[in-house]
Amino acid sequence: MNSNSFPAAPQDRGGPAQPLLIVRDLKKHFPVRGGLLTRKRQFVHAVDGVSFSVPKGKTLGIVGESGCGKSTTARLIARLMAADSGSMIFDGDGVEEYGGIHLKEFRRNLQMVFQDSYASLNPRLSITETIAYGPRIHGVPAAEANRLTRDMLARVGLEPDQFGARYPHELSGGQRQRVNIARALAFDPRMVILDEAVAALDKSVQAQVLNLLQELKDERQLTYLFISHDLHVVHYLSDHVMVMYLGEVVETGPVEDIYSQAAHPYTRALLSAVPSMDPDHRTQLPPLIGDPPNPIDLPGGCRFRGRCPHAYPVCETQTPPLMAVGVSPHHLVACHMNNTQSGHPNSSHEISA
Amino acid sequence: MFIYILKRVLYAIPIALSVTVVSFMLVYLAPGDPLNAIAPADAPADVIASLKSAYGLDRPVPVQYGMWLLRAVQGDLGTSIASGRSVTGEVMSAVSNTLMLAGFAAFAGVLAGCVLGALAGYHRDSWIDRLATALSVIGVSIPHYWLGLVLTIIFSIWLGWFPAMGAGPGGSGEWLWDIEHLKYLVLPTLTLSVIPMGIITRTVRALVADMLEQEFVVALRARGLSGRAVFRHIAKNTAPTVLAVAGLQVGYLMGGSILVETVFAWPGTGFLLNTAIFQRDMPLLQGTILVLCMFFVVLNLIVDIVQPLIDPRMGRN
Amino acid sequence: MTAYLPIPPAVAATRSYWATVWYQLLRDPMALSITFILLLIVSAAVFAPWLAPADPYKASMLNRLLPIGSEGHLLGTDELGRDMLSRLMYGGRISLLMGVIPVLAAFIIGTATGLLAGYVGGKLNMAIMRVLDVFYAFPSVLLAVAISGALGPGMSNSLIALSLIFIPQVVRVAESVTTQVRKLDYIEAARMSGAGAFSIIRVHVLSNVLGPVFVYTTGLLSVSMILASGLSFLGLGVKPPEPEWGLMLNTLRSAIYINPWLAALPGVLIFITSIAFNLLADSVRTAMDIRR
Repeated sequence: MNSNSFPAAPQDRGGPAQPLLIVRDLKKHFPVRGGLLTRKRQFVHAVDGVSFSVPKGKTLGIVGESGCGKSTTARLIARLMAADSGSMIFDGDGVEEYGGIHLKEFRRNLQMVFQDSYASLNPRLSITETIAYGPRIHGVPAAEANRLTRDMLARVGLEPDQFGARYPHELSGGQRQRVNIARALAFDPRMVILDEAVAALDKSVQAQVLNLLQELKDERQLTYLFISHDLHVVHYLSDHVMVMYLGEVVETGPVEDIYSQAAHPYTRALLSAVPSMDPDHRTQLPPLIGDPPNPIDLPGGCRFRGRCPHAYPVCETQTPPLMAVGVSPHHLVACHMNNTQSGHPNSSHEISA
Repeated sequence: MFIYILKRVLYAIPIALSVTVVSFMLVYLAPGDPLNAIAPADAPADVIASLKSAYGLDRPVPVQYGMWLLRAVQGDLGTSIASGRSVTGEVMSAVSNTLMLAGFAAFAGVLAGCVLGALAGYHRDSWIDRLATALSVIGVSIPHYWLGLVLTIIFSIWLGWFPAMGAGPGGSGEWLWDIEHLKYLVLPTLTLSVIPMGIITRTVRALVADMLEQEFVVALRARGLSGRAVFRHIAKNTAPTVLAVAGLQVGYLMGGSILVETVFAWPGTGFLLNTAIFQRDMPLLQGTILVLCMFFVVLNLIVDIVQPLIDPRMGRN
Repeated sequence: MTAYLPIPPAVAATRSYWATVWYQLLRDPMALSITFILLLIVSAAVFAPWLAPADPYKASMLNRLLPIGSEGHLLGTDELGRDMLSRLMYGGRISLLMGVIPVLAAFIIGTATGLLAGYVGGKLNMAIMRVLDVFYAFPSVLLAVAISGALGPGMSNSLIALSLIFIPQVVRVAESVTTQVRKLDYIEAARMSGAGAFSIIRVHVLSNVLGPVFVYTTGLLSVSMILASGLSFLGLGVKPPEPEWGLMLNTLRSAIYINPWLAALPGVLIFITSIAFNLLADSVRTAMDIRR
């Protein structure tokens, strides 16, 4: 990494086996105003006990419908929002804990690319000013920061002489998102959260940006947290996938396991909603019916049961825990049908696909 | 809807209370002892002490405020130091004069503004549009106390059509609804109406021009609807905004009339404030400000409540 | 290494937002001619000691209320026989200052308060905005008269009164824009860079809040001119024999039967200045209303 002009960071402290990021039991409940006369406080369970880890150099994809808590999860991890509870360990160091990694240093190592390429660029700053701002904050001298900015612009495919002096409104959506990527990478981070980073782009541009992201990851040994509602895109980029529903993880596992042997009815429904290119593999299962329930008064037991074709009384009374399924020990699912002890009638045999 | 009204009323209460606090505290903004205005500087100590207790000035400020508020709620605003008469009586007669002036001016200004604004918005970039735009800029930029002076020179000194000062022949102070008295109202009303005229013209012009570009209006016209029908749609959709702006203008005119009243020697609150300020008559100042601002608060409340009632968009919810 | 994107056709040299606004204003004939008029008035006031034909305080019982165009007194003389032209030029110094200073004070104090309230948000914001709501319960002219009346006549008291009525308005604008800006992703991106609140406000918030606040405050200049002179007209501002347009209008009122146009003269200057500020504010608004 020749463009690293920051004070040397303790790279790779925990060794290759240490996951880069471990998140434990992350929770965020938003208070909502009750009615005019009821003073009772209610809460939206935006993120409700999410735990996972991301191995070094891998990409974890987080998928789910809008409102499932994936973007809140991203903001909680980036500490743009204070979590109600939960802890994070970054390469063996507790984040913002005694003896752990400080927030400023943590954020230098963990950057984020947002969905709205326009809103995430200050319209009053030129592209160069925007990218150089971060390194300057970290004490890099102006000349050095400018050189770094030029390198980064060139690396993301934008000619520095042509684009450096421009303002955000003078760029296309794809170019702006390249600028956002350049800004994130100018910190020389070890991990990047991509929050719907390609969702707003045209399909052709999306492909270019995805390729760029893949190249940058290989080149810089980056670790990605890739958040998207687009299953194709997640499939392309991810090593590991986590499916969220109403603030909870319902299924997680290696990407091929999820895409070929989805065990949770919700994951299956999501996958069946993806149009297939092959006319022989037309959608057989009905796609999801109805909307997610009001997140304010969530049903007890399994949160998906209201829309689940296999709902059974046990789903109402007991919350299914995440349990291993299939051959891979990393493929976990939170569904009573996966647990032979749960008492769900479908749990003893294979469910029909 | 009932809940909405209740909410607005509840919200107005702390505002009204804080208005009383500010009005009361005006005395303490004044430099020196408020007693200086009452007692001669060389008054003996025991006279000052007895005056202090008579006016309640020896009590702590919050207590004084509480006593003052209690009396004010009962309609007793104290005694004018300058005239020795009841402040309530003086303020009420002045306020009715000011309200009359402000009401007429607002009515004239809003009417002229609506007509000009609608014409300008309808015939965009025509000569009438340019005229209306110029008039509205002049209306909001002109120092109205100076306009009053110019109008006096033209209509009173040169042409002799209208009287220059006062509110009625003979200076009896008793207002009558006859031609002779109404003549006194013309120049002050005209002077005061240029501000709402300018603001309403601007508002209506923008609203009408905006409406004409709305798809549903374009569709109405494309379907061959007459100008009158299109006008009805526009009127219905612009009315709430115009009402809100107009309502606020009446309130601002009540304050703004101070200057115009001075020019025309109109016996309103402006005249009263002038007396109060230059005679250091603090009870009179407090009372006048309090009553005017209460009118303003109530007016704002009424606008807040009425505006959604006539808004066609509210009907759908 | 990815290939460079196809190079789009050459575009005009890029300018920063403020450079674009400046460029637009320079090409606006209205803005230019108004600026010229304002400059004339301002320089007449600033250079009054060198330009004025006579001593503005020198009274002459023999030459009272001479009409406009009199020999030796181009614009006549006032009720004490003082040269009008000189008094109008000197008067501009006080009148312009009294009009501009409250707006400037409101711009600085109001923007700072609004930024603080909007950026911190929460309870502090609530508290600040509720206190300001009280000011909105008063018609602004009435409040100015009440405050300067209670404080007593005098120039500095008028300045305080006028600043007090403009500050809440500027705070409201600055607060609402800051609250909008604060929620945008680029602020979060700046926080991700590890920048402190001060740096974020200075680099990212202020640059985006300043525009709308600036447009609003330029609109206040005209009102401030009218009100400042109005307070003097009521006798609440500058005290005689100081030359000031509003006060001159007041003292010349008794002369409207003798020499009406002379009496109206100071008002003409207030009017011209106020309308010039208003039109300039319109030009600034248009120039700043470019897409970002």
